[in-house]
Amino acid sequence: MSAAPTAGQTVGPFFGYALPYAGDSELVPARRAGTVRLTGLVLDGAGNPVPDALVEIWQPDERGQIVQQAGSLHRDGWTFTGFGRCATDNAGRYSFTTVPPGPLAPGRVPFFAVTVFARGLLDRLFTRAYLPGPEELLDPLLSSLPDSRRRTLVARRDGDQLFFDVRLQGTEETVFLEFGAEPR
Amino acid sequence: MTDTQADISAEIEKLSVEGLTGVRLDYPPYRSSLLRHPTKAPHPVDPETIERAAPVFGAQDVDPLEADLTVQHRGEPIGERIVVAGRVLDDAGRPVAGQLVEVWQANAAGRYIHQRDQHPAPLDPNFTGAGRCLTGPDGSYRFTTVKPGPYPWRNHVNAWRPAHIHFSLFGSQFTERLVTQMYFPGDPLFPYDPIYQSVPDARARARLVAAYDHELTVPEISTGYHWDIVLSGQRRTLFESELA
Repeated sequence: MSAAPTAGQTVGPFFGYALPYAGDSELVPARRAGTVRLTGLVLDGAGNPVPDALVEIWQPDERGQIVQQAGSLHRDGWTFTGFGRCATDNAGRYSFTTVPPGPLAPGRVPFFAVTVFARGLLDRLFTRAYLPGPEELLDPLLSSLPDSRRRTLVARRDGDQLFFDVRLQGTEETVFLEFGAEPR
Repeated sequence: MTDTQADISAEIEKLSVEGLTGVRLDYPPYRSSLLRHPTKAPHPVDPETIERAAPVFGAQDVDPLEADLTVQHRGEPIGERIVVAGRVLDDAGRPVAGQLVEVWQANAAGRYIHQRDQHPAPLDPNFTGAGRCLTGPDGSYRFTTVKPGPYPWRNHVNAWRPAHIHFSLFGSQFTERLVTQMYFPGDPLFPYDPIYQSVPDARARARLVAAYDHELTVPEISTGYHWDIVLSGQRRTLFESELA
């Protein structure tokens, strides 16, 4: 039996009192040793910030383990759940406090799985924010892209901060993903 | 904002395509989408293990009372009390169990509590309009709320959104993440609304509309609507290049 999927619709302008919650973007408490900030702007096709976007991340822990722990909506300060959510501010910026993801398998390039929603965006967009490093070209997705496109998927590191902008449209448009069929 | 409903309706008519089941990202009648839709085709990729898993939510995340939007304040909200219930399924028809469902909506007068909503309809001190629940083992969810009103917006002159409830859903895979809107049967505003019409296929649009279900009514309390949601990791969004 197969069922026809339900179509997406825009998150609209009024999600601000419903989807964000206290602690949503703090996957781990700030200032804990080993934490990083993943931050960036969501930009439209004119290069203007999008102040009514919502960014979600889903990531493995530092060792690359996929966490299956409840508690993202009421964080207890100890349990890492791997999920975070952040509405952009008036300047179009999102920011997460988290740990850097580990590789999913030996030799693989670690990444945050990212989902983007916004007023004016009729359906969610999927992308990946990869950690920068010399192994980038070993990744099957990154190595399949020309330089200019690949750059849009790799975060820039500066100390304990990772910068990753999402460009919805334009010459430097972020690479967005469509997932192929996968056996269950 | 000088476009009229006739302008928008003409654009909607021109862009209607049967047989495509997704939503269009590039849909000019919805003016806010003009600079916010990607123009390059999405890059096909095999999901990695993290993308074939999903965040886990549990009893510590959601209080059962959050599924009743009519008990969040001291008094009863104004409006037609309704139950909205159904199941969350994957594209093989299997239930999505124990997953998070979030909803938000306008009040009975068509006003959101959100600060940016300047529609001069009354706020209801007894209604916030946001709720959550976890699906049961059979994928079932159930909310008690009031029927939201239609409301004006500034897409064009005299633009009105059909009444709707926003839904946010997680599947058993990250790739199944969905945010959508549920509509009410027979809404006369459907043909005029560029957001509803951004799904070009009539049958796919119809799947966004709940069914009145007398089995879900609560005697002396509320009417009931049934709406099932099907999540798919392979759900396509439609890009310009595919519609030429």
